[in-house]
Amino acid sequence: MSYPTGPAGARAADGRGPRRAGSHKLRVNPIACEAHGMCTELLPELISADPWGYPIVTPGYVPDDLLPLARRAVTACPTLALLLDRDD
Amino acid sequence: MSAMTVLAGLPRLIPPGGPLSLADHFGRYGPVPERDAGGLIGDIERAGLTGRGGAGFPAGRKLRAVAQAGHSGGRLGRQAGAVVVANGAESEPASAKDRMLLARSPHLVLDGIALAADAVGATRCYLALHAGRRDELSVQVGAAIAEREQAGLDRVGVQIVPVPRGYVPSQETALISLLNGGAPKPAFVPPRPFQKGAHGRPTLVQNVETLAHIALIARFGADWFRELGGSAGSALVTVSGAVQRPGVYEIALGMPIGELISRAGGPAEQPQAVLAGGYFGGWLPYDRALGVPVSDSALRAAGAALGPGVLVLLPESACGLAETAWITDYLASQSAGQCGPCANGLPALADTLKQLAFGKPDGRALGWAEELSALVAGRGACHLPDGTAAFATSGLRTFADELRQHALSGPCPRVQRRPLLPAPGHTWGQRS
Repeated sequence: MSYPTGPAGARAADGRGPRRAGSHKLRVNPIACEAHGMCTELLPELISADPWGYPIVTPGYVPDDLLPLARRAVTACPTLALLLDRDD
Repeated sequence: MSAMTVLAGLPRLIPPGGPLSLADHFGRYGPVPERDAGGLIGDIERAGLTGRGGAGFPAGRKLRAVAQAGHSGGRLGRQAGAVVVANGAESEPASAKDRMLLARSPHLVLDGIALAADAVGATRCYLALHAGRRDELSVQVGAAIAEREQAGLDRVGVQIVPVPRGYVPSQETALISLLNGGAPKPAFVPPRPFQKGAHGRPTLVQNVETLAHIALIARFGADWFRELGGSAGSALVTVSGAVQRPGVYEIALGMPIGELISRAGGPAEQPQAVLAGGYFGGWLPYDRALGVPVSDSALRAAGAALGPGVLVLLPESACGLAETAWITDYLASQSAGQCGPCANGLPALADTLKQLAFGKPDGRALGWAEELSALVAGRGACHLPDGTAAFATSGLRTFADELRQHALSGPCPRVQRRPLLPAPGHTWGQRS
């Protein structure tokens, strides 16, 4: 399992962050997804579009500092195809 | 004479001669033993039996998950009652072993269904077949089911479910969708079948050969199962293509591919490559394939798979690139069309492979094929995109020399040959 590095990881390492990076993962329900593209627009850090506009999610955990934006992308999906799973 | 003596060595699953009546079946194998659930599941786990439908998932672990979900009780503390689905809907075009097993040893499969039903606490059992109710296979197995009902043998009756033909409808979540009154299309998991499957109940979907092995492990134990195949047991394999005697063979796992080809009478013409594991498996150059043991771990290490036990010998007279393109085109046509990356990616991959095999391949097309394969893998609800991508990649790797030849001097004359690999009902460019 690859842990994302960067600000969230750094915060977690010095013990001042709310939680170490690595408690949530993004997942796409490929049957529900209709390539509206909201998620790729709202969370380009972790989601890119394939040649047909369907999302490709960066594997691994969502860094803590991106969690609010990830939640916003989840809420914005018109077909509820983007899922944020707690993975403890 | 004890049944144990009869069952030393091979064959285990398919008795010589025609299908056995219920009485002859019990004469050969002994009666279905009374087994407590935990004991039988423990034996299956110790035996190390893996699923024989293609994915190779440990059978004991699957049974235990369904048994636990079925016995854990709902909100009101009642036990849900699980469902057993025996999967005999053999969708791999080059495989014939499940049909053969059902026709020749129906009672062994039905024993396995009864034992699995007791082990997981099932209240309903189904047998899924790619056959209409009046087809010979349904009639034959239906007669065996009726024989058992008359004898008052099984606690739960078995209902035959006709499944529409095609590569995807027999996938386990697709079968569950069909049983729930929907179209036979794969579903997004979780919930997984063991959590919530047919009729909302914990559901065990197990290949018919796996169930037949369970019927024998229940009688003779885990150690007996492990006596063959360096502890992996035996397996049914379908050998076809350029061999003298194509057919279904029961072998001890671990037998080298070369020996299996000899069992099938040896090559019928100059061989070129071996497709192992069916269309979710992979190609191996003939010389390198000969020494590779027929087992999932060895085949995976070599770049193929055991899958549902499929081996096709490709002769020198066929073009490996054209065969790979043909099957990729077939698999693209089998997409249920539910998931964007599969519905768009597989046709694009198939078209690119066709261009590589039948046109003048260039680096750009090859790069695009590799990129598409990486792009679609893991992004569907079922494994159709992953399997197709792996098959295509394996073909491009194994037939790299041909690819260079085609690039230099155009497609070889062998591309004109009618494809050797079976793709039922398929025509080029057909899409779902």
